[in-house]
Amino acid sequence: MERKKPVMWGRHITVRFGEGCDYCRTHTNLEKGRCPKCHTIWAVRDVDFQVYPGEILGIVGESGSGKSTLLKTLYFDQQATSGEAYLSLYHEGKENFLNVSSQQKRYLRNHMMGMVYQNPMLGLRMKLSSGANIAEKLIAAGGRDAGRMIDRSIELLHHVEIPTERLRDQPRVFSGGMQQRVQISKAIANTPPILLLDEVTTGLDLSVQAKVLDLIRSIQKELGIAMLIVSHDLAVIRMMSDRTMVMLGGRVVEEGLTDQILEDPLHEYTQTLVSSLL
Amino acid sequence: MLQIQDLSKNFIMHIRSDAEIHGFDHISFTAEAGKLIAITGPSGCGKSSLLKCIYRTYTPTSGDVYYTCADGSVVNLAKAEPWEIIALREKEIGYVSQFFSVIPRVSALDILISTQTARGVEAGKAKERACEYLEKVGIGKNLWDMYPSTFSGGEKQRLNIANALITKPRLLLLDEPTASLDASSKEWVMNMILDLKREGTAMVGVFHDEIAIRTLADWRYEMRERKIVPTDYKMDYAEQVLAEAAGF
Ligand SMILES: Nc1ncnc2c1ncn2[C@@H]1O[C@H](COP(=O)(O)OP(=O)(O)OP(=O)(O)O)[C@@H](O)[C@H]1O
Ligand SMILES: [Mg+2]
Ligand SMILES: [Zn+2]
Repeated sequence: MERKKPVMWGRHITVRFGEGCDYCRTHTNLEKGRCPKCHTIWAVRDVDFQVYPGEILGIVGESGSGKSTLLKTLYFDQQATSGEAYLSLYHEGKENFLNVSSQQKRYLRNHMMGMVYQNPMLGLRMKLSSGANIAEKLIAAGGRDAGRMIDRSIELLHHVEIPTERLRDQPRVFSGGMQQRVQISKAIANTPPILLLDEVTTGLDLSVQAKVLDLIRSIQKELGIAMLIVSHDLAVIRMMSDRTMVMLGGRVVEEGLTDQILEDPLHEYTQTLVSSLL
Repeated sequence: MLQIQDLSKNFIMHIRSDAEIHGFDHISFTAEAGKLIAITGPSGCGKSSLLKCIYRTYTPTSGDVYYTCADGSVVNLAKAEPWEIIALREKEIGYVSQFFSVIPRVSALDILISTQTARGVEAGKAKERACEYLEKVGIGKNLWDMYPSTFSGGEKQRLNIANALITKPRLLLLDEPTASLDASSKEWVMNMILDLKREGTAMVGVFHDEIAIRTLADWRYEMRERKIVPTDYKMDYAEQVLAEAAGF
């Protein structure tokens, strides 16, 4: 069988808060990633991952396990302590993008990745209209023609099922579910090859959650965008992801097909997680 | 096409003080193109676990599952990377589960269409075949646009089967595909399985139903005390009928 090449992959990614000491450098199994001696937090520790074209990779784990920190590191909201990450479309996957110039980082954020945060305040400017929020992303990627940008904004809002007449409304007056829709349309505005989603349905009503998840799935099907979806909710992971990584204390403790993770969890922590679902 | 060697599965329950649950031990057999192997055995003997290990919903504890792909290459399913398994599930290996879990908020027709379009079938053609298969498994037109979460057990199972067969997999794993069906839908489903066999699909199926076994199976293996009984025998329905008639 022909070997698939990932769209994005990471190697030995570590994010540490604190200097570390002899004890925690040699003990990898720290409870909650916290060193009992020097109190350094190993939020992400030696994480390897691959995301293949068009797939959804789920990341699941308890609060504080490092899921968000990993996503933030990939999107440059957080500096990695060490490690490497690559994109197949960026210098043919030969350049570690974690240490590039801030100009290059801006380029990557605007062309190569989209991010959807749990909190829409982080992804949207609440005092700009929804159209302007999208246009901002289009301009950042070199868009100049106002007419075309308006057309594209309408197209994108339509795609996420927001009525066109709300183009000029500020997302601040929208419901939580609608805000997530605007955030999603902004994140896919420049059709990036990969989308990062951090707990995008947490805090929404169940019926609204279902609609947002359906939307994300239909986008993934139609556009074939690969996605990294972080959630502490196994039900979300079950519905959305092809493969799943389980994080605990900053480390990946188990990784596999989502049906395997759910039906035949091998790691003790995954077993605990799954048993709480049933 | 499929060669299973010394396959074993046990489950270690870390959250039950590492209790060990036995699935099955040292199972070996081969499955060929156009033939169906029927696995029988008492409840709880590990039949579904065996199928799930082949499909890799379960991770085998030891042993190998060699599968010869359409391109001639051989993959050990027991040790393959998840991306390889995903690619094979998309293109070559189908599975009909014992308990059907439906995709929420997608209509029966759209499930069958998207199964095909995800594999590159053009939308118009996909719709045409989806209708054909829904008719074949006897799901009435009034249900085509409904969400299957509201379907009866038998309707769900028939949709499940149509969804697995519509892609014409090279290897098909069946877990009691006729269990919750009435006589006439059983007939439809068995005919579809026979058609697919004729097209060369290799099949491994778990069955309780003697009629289904006699109609469909080329070989029959019995699982007993977590092992496959070595005295497998070839099924030949006509011969069987004659033998019975002769009072054997
Ligand atoms: N800037 C920071 N300074 C110090 N510690 C931090 C910082 N950011 C994150 N951490 C710590 O790193 C660990 C991982 O946090 P992270 O936000 O990645 O967890 P998470 O898995 O996303 O959790 P949740 O499910 O609650 O969102 C936590 O112990 C957190 O307190
Ligand atoms: Mg988080
Ligand atoms: Zn320390």
